[in-house]
Amino acid sequence: MTTTHAKVTSGETRAWRSAYWRWLVEPYFYVGPAVLTIVLVMLVPLTIGISYSFQSISLLKPFATSWVGFENYAALWSDAKFWRALMNTLRWTLGSLVFQFSLGLGLALLLNTTFPMKRLYQALVFLPWAVPTFLSALTWAWLFNPVIGPLPHWMAAVGLLSEPYNILGDPKLAMWGPIAANVWFGVPFFAITLMAALQSIPSELYEAAEIDGASAWQRFTKITLPFLAPMIAITVMLRTIWIANFADLIFVMTGGGPAASTEILSTYVFNTAFRKLDFGYASAIAVALLFMLLAYAVFLLWARRRFVKL
Amino acid sequence: MSAIRQTHPLLKAAKAAALFFYLAFALFPLYWLLKISVTPDRLIYAEGTALWPETATLDNFRRILFQSDFLSYFANSVTVSLGTAAATTLIAAGAGYAFSRFDFGGKKIVIALMLVTQMFPLLMIIAPIYKIVAAVGLLNSLTSLIITYTAFNVPFATFLMQSFFDGIPKDLEEAAMMDGCTRFQALRKVILPLTLPGLGATLGFVFTAAWSELLFALMLISKNEAMTFPVGLLTFVSKFSVDWGQMMAAGVLALIPSCLFFIFIQRYLVQGLTSGAVKG
Repeated sequence: MTTTHAKVTSGETRAWRSAYWRWLVEPYFYVGPAVLTIVLVMLVPLTIGISYSFQSISLLKPFATSWVGFENYAALWSDAKFWRALMNTLRWTLGSLVFQFSLGLGLALLLNTTFPMKRLYQALVFLPWAVPTFLSALTWAWLFNPVIGPLPHWMAAVGLLSEPYNILGDPKLAMWGPIAANVWFGVPFFAITLMAALQSIPSELYEAAEIDGASAWQRFTKITLPFLAPMIAITVMLRTIWIANFADLIFVMTGGGPAASTEILSTYVFNTAFRKLDFGYASAIAVALLFMLLAYAVFLLWARRRFVKL
Repeated sequence: MSAIRQTHPLLKAAKAAALFFYLAFALFPLYWLLKISVTPDRLIYAEGTALWPETATLDNFRRILFQSDFLSYFANSVTVSLGTAAATTLIAAGAGYAFSRFDFGGKKIVIALMLVTQMFPLLMIIAPIYKIVAAVGLLNSLTSLIITYTAFNVPFATFLMQSFFDGIPKDLEEAAMMDGCTRFQALRKVILPLTLPGLGATLGFVFTAAWSELLFALMLISKNEAMTFPVGLLTFVSKFSVDWGQMMAAGVLALIPSCLFFIFIQRYLVQGLTSGAVKG
């Protein structure tokens, strides 16, 4: 009696154990390494970074580290450079986004039609996306250099510039340099995402519209755009955050200059940490940027729930 | 699309012009890079905006390859990018598989966590990462770069891998498990071979991302022998700012690996993103 009973329980335990393994342990075996890497290399440093913003911590003064409460934030509030960088971030993000999106939509619509050698063409126009960002930055910086680049000469020839000079050295125009590089680099991304959305529109809709006598323009505004709208909203909002954080192009092309005219918040963070080695203040700027992006994301989620019916 | 069948000749011309515009916009900067890199020094100033130099030369490439440290930068970057690509793809394949096949406690939290890492300014952690890496004595080592880049790329690679796993029917591994395989064996022998294109795309994507990374490498690497290509190139640019031909030759070199990978993966990547987007 007792032995059979024992056998039953052990069998049950084994079955239970295997179910336990299958449903409770196994998923974590697969997802564990990813979670561990992200927590250790991103979330722990993120927490430490937030704590830095309440400290005076600079590599130049290694023994003068101390907690200073909100001092960094108070300094930030009265830092004219910070407010300027904030305005520049808006200019940079908006300028890049408008051109990336409109050119990307145009390319997606083109690639959604048929023409000879389309596969090769597609590979070639997507190529800028594969170009390493530091190289895009250098290439465009060189293109804008009147010594070796053609752009200043062309711009002077069509009357955009009074004489061929380097716009990256002109505080009024410098921001357009990195924006041009960013547009060049970002158009393929928008084209790919929007192409995916275009392909998901059922072709029966177009056929039906054609039978009913709709013009090409009507088909575009009444079928294509409404179908694309949710995708456009999501892509644009994610891209805004990404561009606002994107410091590489500006750092390489202008370093934030001339006269801080291209300094955006993310390059300001990097310059403060990398050049001035002032980790406390750099972290305070970064936290401010993080909160602004969070506020933006919350606003967008609210706006989406309110205005976009899915 | 049906709109094409009845196109007006004017529309046709407009379309051709648009196609040409996009092609020229995409390729001209790269063309210029190539052009200056093969222009002999004496012609750079003389010829200005001519579209092709009178005589072309490979001197700049010769000097970059044999009389500078670029070969070592190149090797460092290859090590870092391959290491990152391999580690990321392995980790992301696991997580992508878990997202695709399991419903487990905390799944939503993990997904949210990964989305959050795509949002916050990465530069926020540059100071803490520097401090941590310095504390464990890994400054100026390629290992520290591989570890940080892996973490940066895991979230996106996971979502990419998940979309590939979602495309493979569950019945396949269930059949293998009926026949006595464990889940892990079924994954290894049945599912992974089917996701090879997906694995390739993920490898290529992460390789390209790691190859481009500049700011963390600048912060963590200061010794010449450990410099990656971007850091080396920027140092070169700030030191020899008038050696245009050589700088651009180095630029062309930096372009080669990412272009190779891109040509290889671009079809899969567009497919992968497309299928992911349609579902999401």
